[in-house]
Amino acid sequence: MAAVGRRGCTRGFRGGFTLTPLQIFILLFVAAGATGVVLTRDPTSQAIVVSFYGFLLAIMFFIFQAPDVALSQIVVGAVALPLMILLALARVKKQQRQHDKSR
Amino acid sequence: MTRAARKYFFLASAILLAAVFWLGYSALPPAGHVPGHYGDRVNAVVVPLRHITDAVTAVNFDIRGFDTLGEEFILFTSIMAVALLMRRRKERGGGDHEDKAGNRRVPPPSDAVRITAVLLVPATVLFGIYMVTHGQITPGGGFQGGVILATAPVLLYLAGSFGQFRKVAPMRMVAIGEAIGAAAYIVIGGGCIAMGGNFLQNLLPMGKVVGSLTAGGIVPLIDLGVGLEVSGGFVLALLVYLEELVEEKEE
Repeated sequence: MAAVGRRGCTRGFRGGFTLTPLQIFILLFVAAGATGVVLTRDPTSQAIVVSFYGFLLAIMFFIFQAPDVALSQIVVGAVALPLMILLALARVKKQQRQHDKSR
Repeated sequence: MTRAARKYFFLASAILLAAVFWLGYSALPPAGHVPGHYGDRVNAVVVPLRHITDAVTAVNFDIRGFDTLGEEFILFTSIMAVALLMRRRKERGGGDHEDKAGNRRVPPPSDAVRITAVLLVPATVLFGIYMVTHGQITPGGGFQGGVILATAPVLLYLAGSFGQFRKVAPMRMVAIGEAIGAAAYIVIGGGCIAMGGNFLQNLLPMGKVVGSLTAGGIVPLIDLGVGLEVSGGFVLALLVYLEELVEEKEE
């Protein structure tokens, strides 16, 4: 990260560079996070896990020098998406309850 | 499908997927190598031509402004679809929507939650406005700022009741705000035609100081419009969802 920053990101990227330990670290974390999301079976807890995963993705974008994308990822992946999932789940559960009652 | 057949189906698909993945992966350029020149060109052109320091915002709201218009209307349309799917409830005559659950089964939020949320509301609003208005200078912009602004009423709901959410963000005001934000994009684009240019061609003065709040011609204007549209859209979606869920407690 520091080496890339010193050389200026455009030139450093153009010449091709090796992944820094920090980048490898966050990539491994993102892979682990994604696996965690898939392995969580209960939708409600999955919404919380996907929020954490969204936050990991944001850190990854930031480490790869894309702060704009990182900000979008935080607001959408870590806030808006889990909120919508939770609200949709609550609504579906309510519908199921009404359906059971009417039967 | 029997268990064995399913296993063979999985194995065949997994091998196929691995082969396709390997084909794609082997042709990738090495890490950090960018074959295109778009980024370099944009970086070289944005500051002298547009007087903006955030190249990403310049790309979004000026260089490929028309694509962003499409993206904004994807959000607009999906929010509309959510509101449309949830409307059935209201036709049955909703009545008073105020959250009366506070003194029934659900206990009121604890003092710690209330104080934290109440303290966070002004900070959130300020940060959201900063994010929207400084889109062309620092990372961020109308979209990110809009979502941050939309979380402020949610914090109020956490601290108090849904009634307070509705008081700071009445449905009609939010819907009108969202529509104005969406329309602003098209109006600005049309204004550019009226000034003798093409749709969304940046004809306004770019500003004398590079990186000032008003530099960039139409970019800060579009930024404000997008901020209004996005915050309005997200609050509207939250409103229609919460209205449905909060009502349930009152039954």
